[in-house]
Amino acid sequence: MVERSDIRVVRCGGSKVNLRPPIISTDSRFVLCASGDLVKVYSTRTEEWLHSLQGHTNQVTGIALNPANHLQVYSCSADGTVKLWDFIDGILIKTFIIGYPLFAIYVSEKHEGVLFLHVSMATDSKNECFQLVAVHPPKSAEQEVEAKEMSVVSSHISSNPSCTAFGRGGEYIAFARRLQLNVYFFRKQKTCSFSLKATDKKGAKNAFTCIACHPTDDCIATGHEDGKIRLWRNFIHKKEYTYSTQHWHHNAVNTLCFTPEGTHLLSGGIESVLVQWQYGAGNRKEFLPRLGGSILHISASSDGQLFCTSHSDNKITVIESSFKVCGVIQGLVKGDAVLTDLMIDPRSIALVLNGKPGHLQFYSLLRDKHLYNLDIVQQEYIYEAGLDQFEVVKAAFDIKGSWLATVEERGQKSSDLEFFLKLWAFDERTQSFVLNTTITAAHTDRIISMCFSSSEETTMLVTTAEDGQFKAWCQGADADTQQDQNFWSCDFVGSYHNLKPTNCSFSADSSLLAVSFQEVITIWSPETWEMLTTLCQPPGVIRDLCFGRLSCSKYLLGTTTRNLLCCWNLLTCALEWSSSVEVSKLQPDPLSENVAAFSYQSKHTDLFVFKPSEPRPLFTNKNVCSEKVHRAVFVPREEPLNNCDESSQWLNRSQLYFLTQNMDLLTFSTATEEDRMLSSSKQLVIDDSVAVTPFYLLLGKHRQQQQKLNTQSHPAADKPQQPQGSVTIKELLHTPAHVLPAASVLCSMFVNSLLISNTGVQQDPLREEMDSEKEEEDSEEEMEACDSQQELRVQGSVDEVTLKLSKAQERELKRVRKTDFSWMAGLIDSKP
Amino acid sequence: MASFKPTKVQFLPKLGEKVTEETLYWKNYKSPVQIKEFGAITKIDFSPLPPHNYAVTASTRIHIYGPHSQEPIRSFTRFRDTAYGGRFRGDGKLLVAGSEEGLIRLFDISGRVALRQFKGHSKAVHMTSFLSDGFRVVSGSDDLSCRVWDVPSAVELSSLTEHTDYIRALAPSKLNPDLFVTGSYDHTVKVFDMRSGSSVMTMQHGHPVECVLLYPSEALLVSTGGRYVKVWDLLKGGQELVSLKNHHKTVTCACLSSVGNKLLTGSLDRHVKVYNSSYKVVHNFDCDASILSMAIAPDDEALAVGMTNGVLSVRHRRHQKDKEMLTSRRRRGPSYQVFVKGKNFVPRQDDFLVSKPVKQYLRKYDKQLKSFEVSKALDTALQTWTRTSKPDVTVVVIIELNRRGTLKNALAGRNEEIRGCFCVLFFRHIFDPRFSRPLLMVGDIVLDLYQQVFHQSPVVERLLQRLMEVLGREAELQQELLQVLGILDTLFTSLTPRKEIKTVLETTSNNLLAII
Repeated sequence: MVERSDIRVVRCGGSKVNLRPPIISTDSRFVLCASGDLVKVYSTRTEEWLHSLQGHTNQVTGIALNPANHLQVYSCSADGTVKLWDFIDGILIKTFIIGYPLFAIYVSEKHEGVLFLHVSMATDSKNECFQLVAVHPPKSAEQEVEAKEMSVVSSHISSNPSCTAFGRGGEYIAFARRLQLNVYFFRKQKTCSFSLKATDKKGAKNAFTCIACHPTDDCIATGHEDGKIRLWRNFIHKKEYTYSTQHWHHNAVNTLCFTPEGTHLLSGGIESVLVQWQYGAGNRKEFLPRLGGSILHISASSDGQLFCTSHSDNKITVIESSFKVCGVIQGLVKGDAVLTDLMIDPRSIALVLNGKPGHLQFYSLLRDKHLYNLDIVQQEYIYEAGLDQFEVVKAAFDIKGSWLATVEERGQKSSDLEFFLKLWAFDERTQSFVLNTTITAAHTDRIISMCFSSSEETTMLVTTAEDGQFKAWCQGADADTQQDQNFWSCDFVGSYHNLKPTNCSFSADSSLLAVSFQEVITIWSPETWEMLTTLCQPPGVIRDLCFGRLSCSKYLLGTTTRNLLCCWNLLTCALEWSSSVEVSKLQPDPLSENVAAFSYQSKHTDLFVFKPSEPRPLFTNKNVCSEKVHRAVFVPREEPLNNCDESSQWLNRSQLYFLTQNMDLLTFSTATEEDRMLSSSKQLVIDDSVAVTPFYLLLGKHRQQQQKLNTQSHPAADKPQQPQGSVTIKELLHTPAHVLPAASVLCSMFVNSLLISNTGVQQDPLREEMDSEKEEEDSEEEMEACDSQQELRVQGSVDEVTLKLSKAQERELKRVRKTDFSWMAGLIDSKP
Repeated sequence: MASFKPTKVQFLPKLGEKVTEETLYWKNYKSPVQIKEFGAITKIDFSPLPPHNYAVTASTRIHIYGPHSQEPIRSFTRFRDTAYGGRFRGDGKLLVAGSEEGLIRLFDISGRVALRQFKGHSKAVHMTSFLSDGFRVVSGSDDLSCRVWDVPSAVELSSLTEHTDYIRALAPSKLNPDLFVTGSYDHTVKVFDMRSGSSVMTMQHGHPVECVLLYPSEALLVSTGGRYVKVWDLLKGGQELVSLKNHHKTVTCACLSSVGNKLLTGSLDRHVKVYNSSYKVVHNFDCDASILSMAIAPDDEALAVGMTNGVLSVRHRRHQKDKEMLTSRRRRGPSYQVFVKGKNFVPRQDDFLVSKPVKQYLRKYDKQLKSFEVSKALDTALQTWTRTSKPDVTVVVIIELNRRGTLKNALAGRNEEIRGCFCVLFFRHIFDPRFSRPLLMVGDIVLDLYQQVFHQSPVVERLLQRLMEVLGREAELQQELLQVLGILDTLFTSLTPRKEIKTVLETTSNNLLAII
C-alpha cells in the first residue's frame, strides 16, 4: 500500500442548528435537530452532543418523529431522499428516494404510512413553485426504496415551512401563502380559502408568517408580519368563519406553537421574548424575555413538559413548562459577516470570532463545541429590526493570551461613528477575561487594524486609524494616573505625510514595526520610535502585510490591491522578489516559516503555500472554493503529524482554517489525518459493544475462556485469532431486533458470506479500501466486502504485513479484523 | 436567560492631585476663623504651655489669644511705635518684644507694664528671642548688630556686628544655650556661638533672608528668602541639602509641625505650602492676602496665619468628635437587628434549602429603560439633582436613548420648563469633551422639534440668546488655540535635527543582523 497524501478541503463543524425546528423525543431525553447534512442528537439534561445521524449528502431540511414508532425519526434532505433512523442507536433503517429536492416533512398520526413533503417543482428558476405532496412509501425489506407514488395536496404553498400545519389530529391541513389561508379537509377532499387585505386602514401588514393548529379544537392560529396573532374558528363553513386578533409582538411573529394539551399558545419573534398565551382566556400571557437571538422556531415535547426554542444566533434553548430555562445548546454563531478576523486564543486553542451581537465567542474546533461568550459591549441589546447597535469589529490577542484588545463600533452607516478600544486582562482565578481599560477616543476616526507586539516581556499594542495616525499603547506609561500602573495609555503617535495607514505588523522578535501607509511601507523601531526606512513598490495600496518567521525573519511580505505579492529583504532594504498574484488574504503560520496566500482569480479561489525565502510555492491547490476568502487562520495541532511527503508537510504542525464569503468554515485535511480519525471512530464502535446484552453474556464468557486457553497454549497468539468478533456479528447482535430484516433474509446472506466467492479476486483493491474507509452501516455490503477481503488475505503474504509502516499495518489489521471468523467456532461450541 | 444589563456610567479617573494620607491629614482643618487686627501682623508665637495661648504682634500692640477665643485675653499696648517679634520664654511666663524705636521690652504674662527695657539698639529691632537657658535675650536689629542681654540685670552682654545688612531672622538653639542662628538681608545665614563671641558658620542663601528655622534635632537648618526655601545640613558644615522653589513670591515665614516635623512655608503669594519629608508639596492652604507670619500650635491643633491686611486667620483641627456630632443630627436608620433578622439562621443537616434568586437592584432610570418607558427615563435623568451633581448620568441616559433610536420620541412633546432645562444643561456642559457630542445631538433634535414654539416663550428665547453668545466665544477660543498649535508645530519642526539617511540604513541592517 502506498501512503497517499492528497489534501482535501473539508467542511468542519459549526453548521447551523437553527434551520428547522428541533424535535424533543417522546421520553423528553433527547433533542434532535438538523445541522448541515447531519441530524444531531443532544441530551436535554446535560446539553451534550451524543451522536449524529450521518448519511445524507446535502442539507437536511426537515425531521419528524415517526408517528408509528416513537423511537424512529424521518429526515428529509435537499438531496432528494427521506431516511428513517433509529435515533437512539444512530442506525439508518431505510432510505426512500424521492428524486426532487425536499424542503420540509410533515407527518400525522392519522395518516399512518403517509409522508407529506415540501417539494420544489423547479420548472424555472425565476418563480419558484413549492408543492405539498403526499408520498406513500412502499413497504419492502430493501434498504433503499424508490418512492415514486406521489399525490399533490396543494401546488401553491409558501416557501416557508412554518406556514403549513396539521390540525386536530390530522383531519385537515392548513397552509398559508402571502395573504391567503387555505384549509384542506382530507375527508371531504376540499379546500377552503380565506384571504385578508394587504393593508388595513392603519397600515398594518397582514401577510401570514406562520401557522399553528390547535390539537383538539377547531382553531387555527396565524402569525402576521405586523406582529398580530389571529385565531380562526368555525372555518369548516366557509361563509361563517370568524377570527379574533391578539397583538403583543411589535414585529413579525416568526413562529407559533400550541402545547400538546392545547391549553397554551407559544409565540416568538425578533424581540427574543417567548410569549405564552392562555388559550381561550383572551389576553392573559406570560413572558420569558432576553433569550438570545430572535426566536425562529418553537417546539414542544409530547408530554408538554419541555419546550425548545431555536434562535437566530445558532442556539437551541430548552425551557421547562414552568418557564425556566434549563439548557442551552449553542452552535458556532455565524452572523451575516465575521467582522473580526478569525483568531486563536493562545491559552485554550479555541477559535475566536464575533458571535452574538456585542460578544466574542470562543469555539473549540477539536470538540466542535461552543466554549463561552465574552460580553464585550456590556450593554442591553435591543431586539429590534434596523437598529444600529454596537458590534465588535476588531480583536487581537497578545502572544501569551494574557491580554485581549477589542474595538467596538456603532454607526457605520450614519456619519457619527462611535467606537471604543477596550483592553482585557486574563484573570487566572475566574479563567476568563476581565475589563482593564476602556479608551473612549482612541483615534479621531475608525480604527483600521491593530496588532500586539510579539515579544514575551513587554506587551505593546499598535492601532492604525483612518485619521492618518498610528498609536502605540503601553501598560502604565501615563504619569498622571499613578494609581496602579496597570492601565493602558498612549505611548507614541506616529504619522507619515498625512497618508492613511492601512496595516501594521510586528516582526517576530518585535524589534521592528512595519506600518503601511497607502503605497508606502514604513519601518519603525519600537524602542526609540524613530523611522528607520521606507519601502515602496507602486502601484497599488498595500492590502496585507506580514513578517517572515524563524529563519525567514529578514523578509517582509506585502500584497497590494493591484495583483502584486512582494517580498522585501530587510537587510538590504531591497525587493527580493515579487509575483503577480491577486492575493485576497495572506496568512503566516506562527509555528513555521510558511505563509498561505489565498488568491481569487476568475471566480474561484486558489491557495498557495510558500516560504518567503523562495518564490516557488511549496503547495498549490487550485479551486479551493468558488468564493473569495477573506479570513483564515492557522491552528496549532495538539500533536504534530509526521507527514514526510513534501506537499503536505506544511500541515504537520498546524492546520489551516478559512472562512468563505458564504460563511462556510473549511479546512484542509490530509489522508493520514483522516485515517487516524477513522480508526479512532472504529475503536469507539468496538468500545460500544461492551454493552451487556444477553448475547454478550452467552458468547463473551465463553470467548474469554477460549482466550485464556489460547494465550496459554500460544503465548504469541496470532492477532487475527483474537476473539474480537467480527463487525458483522456485532451489528447483528447490537442492532435492535425491530430494525433488523427478517431472519430468513439474514440467514441466506450469512451462509453466502461463509462461502468463498470467485468474483472477489477480480475486484480492484483500491475500491476495497474506499469501501473499508466508509462507516459500515449496512450488513449486506459488509458481507460482500468480507468475502472479497478474505480472498485478499489469503493471497497477501504475511511478510508484507510485517514489513509495512505502522500505518499500513494498522490498516491491514483492521481489514483482517473484519475477516475474522472466530465467532463461528464460538457459536458452534456453545451449541449443546 | 440573561438579566437586564444596566446602563454603564463612564467612570473617568481624576487627574491631578494624588490623595495620600498626608493630604487627608492636612485637609482635616476646619474653615478659618478670621480676626481683624490693627495693622500688618509681623509675628505669631504659641506659648509652649497648655492651653497654648498665642501672642500676635501687630502694629503697636501685642495681643494674647486663648486657643478658642476670638477676643484677646490680654494685650500689651505700652508701645510708642510699632512692636516687632513678640516671643514667649521656654516656660511661657515671660514675653519679649522689639520695637521700631530700638527698645526691647520684657513682659510678665500676667502683668501689663514692661518688667525690663533693654536700650542700646539705634534702629528698629525686628527679632527678639530668649536663649534656651531663659536668662538671656538675643535681639537682631536694623543697625546691623546682634546683641545679647542679661535678663536679671538688664545689661548688654555682647554685641555682634558681623552682618552687613538688616537682621530680620533669628532662631535660638534649644539644645545649647550659647548658640543662635541669624539671617540677614546681606544674603547670609550665620550661626553664632556665645562662647567664642563670633560666628562659627556662614551660609550663602543668595537672597535676603526673611526667616530661619532649626529642626528639633538641630542638624538641619531652614532659611527662606526670595522665592527660595533652602535646607542646610549643619552637621556637614553647612552644606545645602535642598533648595525649593514652590512659591512665586518672597517666602516670608516657615514653621515646623510638631507631628512628624513637616515643613510649612508661607509667602507673599498668599499660599501656605506643606512639604512632606522628601520636600514634595503635599498640601496647600489659600489665604486672602499676602502672608507675613505663621505659627502652628503644638500637636498641630491650630494653624495661625497673619497677613498684611491685618487679618489673623486661625484654622483649628477637626476632631472625630465633631464628626459624630454632625452624624448624630441626622435621622437614624433601621437598627442592625432589622438587617440581620433571619440572615444568621444556620440550616440543620437534613433541611431542604430553597435558594432565592438574588434580586437585581436597578436605578430608577434603568427600571424605566427596562420597561421601555423612554420619556419617563429621560425625566428621571433630567431631575435637578441628577442634572447638576451628576451630569454624566444624564448624558449616559441620553446616549442610551439615542442608541435605542428613541431619543426623538423621548424629547418630543415637552413643556417650556424642560426646554429651559435643556438650555441650562447646554451652557454648563457643552464644552466638556465627554458630553459635547451627545449634547450637540440633543440640541439639534430640540431645535428641530420646537422650531415653531420657541419664540412663544421669552424665557427660553433669552436662554437661547445666551447659548449663542457662549458658543460664539467658544468658537473664537478654538480658533485661537488652533493658531497657537500652528505656531508650536513650526517651532517643533525647526527644533528637530535632520539625520543622515545613511546612518539610518546602517542601524537597520545592524538591527537585522542582530536578529539573525
